[in-house]
Amino acid sequence: MAQNDPILSKLLTLAAKRFERDTAGLGPDDDFFDRLDINSYQAMELLTEVEEEWGIEIPDYEVQDVRTFGALAALIADRI
Amino acid sequence: MFAPHSSLLPWPARVALSRLGRQASLAAQKFRARTDIPPTFHGDAIGWSLEGQTLEVVLHREPCNEIGSVMLRELEELADYVRAGAGGARALLFYSTAERGFSAGADLRELYSGMVDRRGQGMSRWQMAFEVRDFLDRIHAVFDTFDTAPITTIAVVHGFCFGGGFELALTCDEIIAEKSARFAFPELRLGLVPGFGGIPRLRRDLGNAVVRDLLLTGRSINSTKAGSVGLVSQVVPRGRGLEVARRVGEQAAKFDRATTAAAKSFAKPIPRDELRREKDLFIELMGSPVVEAALKKFVESDDPHSYLP
Repeated sequence: MAQNDPILSKLLTLAAKRFERDTAGLGPDDDFFDRLDINSYQAMELLTEVEEEWGIEIPDYEVQDVRTFGALAALIADRI
Repeated sequence: MFAPHSSLLPWPARVALSRLGRQASLAAQKFRARTDIPPTFHGDAIGWSLEGQTLEVVLHREPCNEIGSVMLRELEELADYVRAGAGGARALLFYSTAERGFSAGADLRELYSGMVDRRGQGMSRWQMAFEVRDFLDRIHAVFDTFDTAPITTIAVVHGFCFGGGFELALTCDEIIAEKSARFAFPELRLGLVPGFGGIPRLRRDLGNAVVRDLLLTGRSINSTKAGSVGLVSQVVPRGRGLEVARRVGEQAAKFDRATTAAAKSFAKPIPRDELRREKDLFIELMGSPVVEAALKKFVESDDPHSYLP
């Protein structure tokens, strides 16, 4: 997924704002657990924010193996 | 989570006596009201105080109000207070000060360490099943009391409302969900079903398609979805749940007490037969080696995904 993809850009901004991180340097191949320094509880919070922002439903089992921003953005694109 | 036992009697006698004592105590509670419970309480897991005509119960056990022996003991005190009239309260509300949410459910670490300790003491699966039943009898007595209390009951939910925590919320007449709330029954991941009355109470409130999806996939749903399927009465912004719930309590308190009790018992009958069968099923499944293996995996996991159903 390209760095300038609109869904990815919005996702990076959303995640950075929620966990008070800098978006600079965040890219599609980054592991969001590592780069945001979040645990599984906070990952659930991110999922809630994503569902709310895009007005979609993403069952947990679909994100179970998702670890990068690019993969999550692709999942969002599939659900819009 | 398991009941203590120090008697010199052989285990079947101990367990039988314990169960008889518990059943007699539970039966007696229906006919007498304790008068020694303080109107304000601050324990290790919960606290309560009467605010106006609403009894406010705070869950404050970190990390996320896991329901184990400490929480259960204090909930039993609360249930006794509710049976005794809750200081004249006309409404009861539960909320959590844990940052992560309302409650993550049963204390799985305590459950697992209890299993390992009991096995180390030479206790058989049958003995453990008796003790699990004792624990479930206690928690069902507490939850049934909240479910049937003749006053309006409200759960204010934010963040995680999983497993046993979800089951506690389902005893309430109304659930007010903040935007951050997520509801799930992840028990099947552990080779179990919900055991604190979750399935019958969910079936009482929702259509079977939603019930089966939650149960059979272990997925969580957010507050918007919970509102759309009729699980929650109001969805409110983050941090606003308690304020909204207080207004609901004040409104409910305006009505005639007996009419409220009659309306509630008509609109929210307790599914006793299903509750009993769910308890039996849980105990049957607890005997499976799948459960101990899953609990071990959960307790020992350092996977950041470990809490994802």
